Amino acid sequence: MYYLADGLRLPTNGLDYAILAIYFAVVLGIGLAARRSVKTSLDFFLSGRSLPAWVTGLAFVAANLGATEILGMAATGAQYGVAVVHWYWIGAIPAMVFLGLVMMPFYYGSKVRSVPEFLLQRFDKSAHLLSSVLFAFASILIAGVNLYALSIVVEALLGWPQWVSIVVAGFFVLAYITIGGLSSAIYNEVLQFFVILAALIPLTLLGLKRVGGWDGLTGSLSKQHGDNFLTAWGGTGIGDANPLGANWLTIVLGLGFVLSFGYWTTNFAEVQRALSAKNLSAAQRTPLIAAFPKIFIVFIVMIPGLVAAVLVPKIGTAGSDLTYNDAIPLLMQELLPNGVLGIAVTGLLAAFMAGMAANVSAFNTVFTSDIWSKYVVKDREDTYYLGFGRIVTAIGVLASIGTAFLAASFSNIMGYLQTLFSFFNVPMFVVFIIGMFWKRASMKSGVWGLLAGTTAAMVNYFVIYKQGVIDIPSDQGANFVSAIVGFVAGAVVMVVVTLFTAPKPEAELAGLVYGTTSPGMAEPPAEGDSAWYRRPALLGWGAIVLAAACYIPYSF
Amino acid sequence: MSELQREVSELEAKSATAARLFDIRRIIGGLFVVYGVIVTFAGITASEADLRKAQDININLWTGLAMLALGLFFLGWLWLRPGHAPVSAGNEEQAP
Repeated sequence: MYYLADGLRLPTNGLDYAILAIYFAVVLGIGLAARRSVKTSLDFFLSGRSLPAWVTGLAFVAANLGATEILGMAATGAQYGVAVVHWYWIGAIPAMVFLGLVMMPFYYGSKVRSVPEFLLQRFDKSAHLLSSVLFAFASILIAGVNLYALSIVVEALLGWPQWVSIVVAGFFVLAYITIGGLSSAIYNEVLQFFVILAALIPLTLLGLKRVGGWDGLTGSLSKQHGDNFLTAWGGTGIGDANPLGANWLTIVLGLGFVLSFGYWTTNFAEVQRALSAKNLSAAQRTPLIAAFPKIFIVFIVMIPGLVAAVLVPKIGTAGSDLTYNDAIPLLMQELLPNGVLGIAVTGLLAAFMAGMAANVSAFNTVFTSDIWSKYVVKDREDTYYLGFGRIVTAIGVLASIGTAFLAASFSNIMGYLQTLFSFFNVPMFVVFIIGMFWKRASMKSGVWGLLAGTTAAMVNYFVIYKQGVIDIPSDQGANFVSAIVGFVAGAVVMVVVTLFTAPKPEAELAGLVYGTTSPGMAEPPAEGDSAWYRRPALLGWGAIVLAAACYIPYSF
Repeated sequence: MSELQREVSELEAKSATAARLFDIRRIIGGLFVVYGVIVTFAGITASEADLRKAQDININLWTGLAMLALGLFFLGWLWLRPGHAPVSAGNEEQAP
C-alpha cells in the first residue's frame, strides 16, 4: 500500500496539463486504430501471435515497470541503500534469460495461449482450473491495487479527489483494451516505457547535481548510514545484522532463484507479451531484449531514492512526515520546472495505467480461454469468444474499480491478500520446472505440488515467522525464506505423488517436456533471424555477463 | 498434432493483426516530436526561477531536444525501413 505525505502538491500549470491531455488522447487513439486489426479471438488475446520482438520485449519490461514498482523500488533504495540492485541484477536477469533460452520453446512451440493452458496440456484439469481461478482473482486484485495507488498519488500530487482518478483511469483502460485488445495494451506499454525514461533520467541527473554528484552522494550517505549502505553485499554474511534482514544465501536462493523465477517465468501478465511475438525466435528474444533495459533501470530508480535519503535524512522515520514512498514525488516537487514536470506526471500516470492494463488483459484471456470456454460454454464459434472477451474485459475493469474502492477502506486486508497471492507464484515455478524436465512427473502431481507449495510457504510466513517460532529480522527476509520453503515442499510432494500415480501418456507430452518437440515446430526461421545480434544464446549470456559485471563496482 | 495446436493454427491463419495493425514507430515518433517541441520551447523561454529550481541546468531545453531526437529517430527508422506489412518483418533492431 502506498501512502504519500501531504504537502507534496506539485506546482503544475497549463503546460503540464496539456502534456498530460495529449497523452490521454494518444492512448485512446491507439485503441481506436488497433480496432481494425482485431478479427479473431487470437487477435484480441494474443495479437494474432504476430508482433516483432523489439515491441514485445519493451512491453515485457514496461508491464513490470508499473508505478508501484517505480515508487516502491525508489523507496527500497532510500531505506536499504544500494542493496536494491539485488532486485534487478540477481532478482530478475537470470530468470528472464532462463525464460527466453530454456522455457520459451515449450511455451511458444506448444501454441498454448496462456500459462494455465500449459498446465492443462502437461498435467490435468485440476491443476489447470486451480491455477486459472487463482490467477484470475490475483490479477483483478493487483489491477485494483494499482488503481488505488494511482488515486493516492494523484490526490497528493495534483489534488484530484480519489474517486475521480479511479473512475477516469479505469475508464481509459476499459476503453483502449476493450476496443483494441492486447495489441492496444502492448503498444501503450511501449509508449509508456519511453515516457517513463524521459521522466526519470532528467530527475536522476538533477538529483545528482543537487547533492554534489556521485561523490557528494556517497560521501553524505556513508557518513549517515555507514559504508555498507553503499555496497550490494556488505553485511550480508550469515548471522550479520543488516537492514534488509537477509543474508547472501537467502538473497541468492530466495530472491534470485525461487521468487524471481516464480514471478518472471510463470506470471501470465509477463509471459503473455512473449506469447504474442511473431515466431519462436522473436518469442525467445522478448525477455532477452527486455533484460538489457532492466539492468540499467535500477540506476534511475535507486539514485532518486538515495538522493532523497540525503536531502531528508530522517525520511521514513518518526521524525519526518515523509515516507520512503515519497522519494520520487519529493524530487519532482523540488527539482522539476513546468514542462519536464508534466512529462514526469504523465509518466507516472501512464505507468499506473499500464500496470493495471497488463493485469486486465491477462485476466480477460485466462477467464475467457481457460475458464469460460473450457468449463462453462464449450465449443462455440470464435466470434462468440471474441465478443465474450470484450464483455469480460469490461467486467474485469469494473471489478478492479470496485477492488480499488475496497482497498481504500480496508487497506490492511488488501496488503494481506497480496502477500497471500504472492506465495502462489512459488509452487507454480516448481511445478513448471519439474513438469518440463521430468517426463515421469504424473498428471496428478501438478495440482498437489501447487497446493503443498502454497500451503508450506504460507504456514512458514504466517505461523512460523509471524508467531515468532523462528527469528527472522524483517518481513523482506521472511519472504525470501518462505519462498525457499514453498519451493522445497512443492518439489518433495510432486516426487512422492508421482511415485504412486499414473504418468501422462508419452504421446501427449510431445513439445511439452525437455527432449521432445512439437509437431508444429518445424516452421522455417524467418529471414534475418540468423543475424548474430538476434541469436538468443548470445543475447541471453550477454545479459548475464553484463549484470554480473554491474555488481563489481558495488561489491568491494 | 494435438487439438489445441490445430485450433490455434486455424486462428493464426485467419488472424488480421499482421496485415492490418499499424506500426507503433509512427506513434512513438509523432508523440515524441510533439513533446520535444513543447518541452524545448519551454526551455527556450525558461524563467530565472525555473533555472534556479533545476540546479542551473536548463533541463527543459536538454530533455526537449533529447525527446525530439528520439522522435526523429523513430520516424527516420520507419522511413528507411517501412517493412512490407504494417508490422514489418526483418527490421527489428533493438530500440535504444
